[in-house]
Amino acid sequence: MNDISEPQMAVTSQARSRHATKATGRPAQDWLSVGLPLGVGALFLLGWHFGVRFSGSDLFPTPLEVALGILELAQRGLLLKYIVASLFRVSWGFALAVLIGVPAGLLLGWYARAFQAFNPLLQIFRPISPIAWIPLAILWFGVTDRAPIFLIFLASVFPISISAIAAVQNMQPVYLRAARNFGLSRSELFRQVILRASLPQIITGVRIALGVAWLVVVAAEMIAVNSGLGYLIIDARNAGKRYDLVVAGMVMIGLIGLVLDLLVRQLEKFDEVRWGYANRR
Amino acid sequence: MSAPAIAIRDVSVAFPGKRAGDEIRVLDNISAQVARGEFVCLVGPSGCGKSTLLNIVGGFIPATAGEVLVEGQPVTGPDPRRIFVFQENGVFPWLSVRENVGFGLRGRSAAERAEIVAHYVEMVGLTGFEAAYPRELSGGMRQRVEIARALAANPDIVYMDEPFGALDFITRLKMRADLVRIWQSEKKTILFVTHDIEEAVQLADRVLVMSQRPATIQRVVEIDLPRPRDLDSPRYLEKRDEIFHIMGMSLRVGEALNV
Repeated sequence: MNDISEPQMAVTSQARSRHATKATGRPAQDWLSVGLPLGVGALFLLGWHFGVRFSGSDLFPTPLEVALGILELAQRGLLLKYIVASLFRVSWGFALAVLIGVPAGLLLGWYARAFQAFNPLLQIFRPISPIAWIPLAILWFGVTDRAPIFLIFLASVFPISISAIAAVQNMQPVYLRAARNFGLSRSELFRQVILRASLPQIITGVRIALGVAWLVVVAAEMIAVNSGLGYLIIDARNAGKRYDLVVAGMVMIGLIGLVLDLLVRQLEKFDEVRWGYANRR
Repeated sequence: MSAPAIAIRDVSVAFPGKRAGDEIRVLDNISAQVARGEFVCLVGPSGCGKSTLLNIVGGFIPATAGEVLVEGQPVTGPDPRRIFVFQENGVFPWLSVRENVGFGLRGRSAAERAEIVAHYVEMVGLTGFEAAYPRELSGGMRQRVEIARALAANPDIVYMDEPFGALDFITRLKMRADLVRIWQSEKKTILFVTHDIEEAVQLADRVLVMSQRPATIQRVVEIDLPRPRDLDSPRYLEKRDEIFHIMGMSLRVGEALNV
């Protein structure tokens, strides 16, 4: 007897539940899901605008002045230049952190002795804010791109390696036993089972790390270099109390941070890792 | 007669207890044999150590004393020629059904692999679901994927540790019928652990009945019933009740347990 009725039933019910989630997004609710945040945003801008007006401040800019500030930066060619400078540093520091943090985390998670040996040191380094490293970064690398890259690397490598360690340590033993049963070599075991089983949690660590990296690049650029969005903020304040440009820089940092997070979130949608998130079984 | 597929020789297992000098004896001097192509079920009360015994036979844990021979060779660890189907489902959630079933086929050509995968996917009734991921499947379907993965690797022996324990009653009945059908066409040796007496009598050529801890093999019951088995026939019920008796349960209680 070849009963496929049970599989079919199971899948149709899943397909149905997928439709159900779509169906709950009826037009009225869709409108609210866009309208509510837009409404809150508009209220915030109004509150900001009238707050500045009523306070009579001539230094703190209104939203319109900030928008004009962004336009001015774009016209002077500084906006793109500073965004590229900041993203360049984040990309390098972050890429180095992934390249070193993921393999190191997998190894420390797998080899209990290595974990015993290195974990205390790791736990002492981890709570040191990357900002605290700025003087040493300047001492070692001077006022070059390498100083902020080093700081971003430091900020990202701990969340990434620690999530990789935890992922390996919490891996379901049944996957390892199955892998041993099929006679995998050590390198196959690492690539095909340990890495794959850890990937969802590693991606979560990567997301956290990217958020921290973006926080740190701004701080690093305020002190250690002469370009980038962090430098823009501190320079606009020092060079002429241009608070419209200060807030313009802040707005750009927020928007780019949002885009970066949305990009990393896309990684969580791949079939190879989706099992590790929501409706986990 | 050639060597049996599996020979368990005087296997004992004891784990250290909480206090020094204490030890928890789990298995006590167990000996048994499984012939090539035979379907043998191990039944016993929960916690008696039947899973432990299967894990020793599978090479996942060492015996404290005694040894297990497979095809005359002592078992020193797990081996791709003997695939284990796990109670907690060992299907890899990051691989599709197709990739899972083909997992034991590393080193084969892509064409060969595709052919073998298609064959076993069909055998377990999952045709059309090759691209699905385990999280999209029901528990019964995931267990089918694991069985297909085990068979596709073409092992001589399949070890099954309560593989249907987590499934609902109807799915379990279907899975048993399918497993017998597959076993008949594949001629594998199967050693199957269950706490469900009905399941053992429906599936096995022979049932090894284990005692409470420290477990011994209390009795071996031959189930010489033709397949497919009629679950209402007097001889089926007789075999079932015989095992209930051996396990020290009155029929009344036994029947009540089998609702």
